Amino acid sequence: MRALLLRDLRLAMRAGGGFGLGLAFFLIVTVLVPLSVGPRTQLLAEIAPGILWLGALLACLLSLDRLLALDWEDGSLDLLATSPLPLEMVLGVKALAHWLTTGLPLVLAAPVLGVLLSLPGAGYGWLVLSLAVGTPALSVIGMFGAALTVGLKRGGLLLSLLVLPLYVPTLIFGAETARRGAVGMEAETAFLMLAGITLGAVALLPFAAAAVLRVNLR
Amino acid sequence: MPTLWGLAIVSLVGGLIWGFFLTPDADKFASTVKIIYLHVPSALMAINAWLMMLVASLIWLIRRHHVSALAARAAAPVGITMTLIALITGAIWGQPMWGTWWEWDPRLTSFLILFLFYLGYVALWEAIENPDTAADLTSYLCIVGSVFAMLSRYAVNFWNQGLHQGASLSLDKEKNVADVYYQPLLLCIAGFVLLFVALVLYRTGTEIRARRIGALEARERASA
Repeated sequence: MRALLLRDLRLAMRAGGGFGLGLAFFLIVTVLVPLSVGPRTQLLAEIAPGILWLGALLACLLSLDRLLALDWEDGSLDLLATSPLPLEMVLGVKALAHWLTTGLPLVLAAPVLGVLLSLPGAGYGWLVLSLAVGTPALSVIGMFGAALTVGLKRGGLLLSLLVLPLYVPTLIFGAETARRGAVGMEAETAFLMLAGITLGAVALLPFAAAAVLRVNLR
Repeated sequence: MPTLWGLAIVSLVGGLIWGFFLTPDADKFASTVKIIYLHVPSALMAINAWLMMLVASLIWLIRRHHVSALAARAAAPVGITMTLIALITGAIWGQPMWGTWWEWDPRLTSFLILFLFYLGYVALWEAIENPDTAADLTSYLCIVGSVFAMLSRYAVNFWNQGLHQGASLSLDKEKNVADVYYQPLLLCIAGFVLLFVALVLYRTGTEIRARRIGALEARERASA
């Protein structure tokens, strides 16, 4: 298990393009928003939590098709499926590796980008907290989508179409937590719902993803 | 089948004519009230179609009954159409009544999200060559999607307060809509249900025949 995690992390770091690409995308999206809506500080401060959440979600989406595709192509996915480790666990670990290389950097970068969008001071804590709790759900849901489309030649666009509706509840509660935090409303309810979604997704979706992947490996 | 089609058409035409021409205008809504005869049944069927797909997917996964997988596939485009009818008639009604075509109201939003789920489901069916693999994958997607669709429904409720009125029909209320409107509405709902069943059966029959043709062609190629 640890070997698999380390292998995935190492691959993501060294293979180039994977690690950091999502982060760069996040940065560019956040920079493009003020360029498209105009340099109005008041408006930007208002929409900042939503923009940051959407940016993080898209950055996460961008890296999903590499999640299983490379292992599928070189056949190591078949090896992993026949290994003594249950496939559910394999996918869980791979989702964890994906989160460590994509989600975690986004969480750490978000406050810096919040400054660019002149996010109100009260919002930073809630923003980081909501992203830290919400992005694992994005990784696990994405793993399910990646397992669905892994055998397809042009799965990229289909993957987005399948995964984005599944991201809706996470996005709503996550962005709502950050928004309420930023304007000083009570954000706890939304935050607890977000945490509930993440825990539920982490507990159940590896099973669904593994079931789907078994069909694809058949 | 012909009986089913006949019943569906009779109750639909009867219900719509009754509803459109033989009921009085309501005092607050004037004649716009009549769109209820399309809006409510189609919205109902949009959700029921997804439920039917969910049940059919479960049957496929548990009992491996081929017809149920094909029925789920056949129901999806019908469900999309129903969702679209509900959204469009809602917009047409909302323009004079609420003064807007679209509002980010929980019901409207969750219907739009349901529409996206339908799109993803159909796209996945189209994308996969092997029919059994496609049936398996779409069934799993349908199950996971159902959970997330429910979550979205409640998330959206939390996210914004509504403009849409409460449910026009529910089983636990003594009386929902005034009788003049209620009776034709029931007939229209029956018509939509029958139409849905007829369409799904027809489309499933087509799918089964397409599958048979495929099998025959494969056998011919093998023998040639």
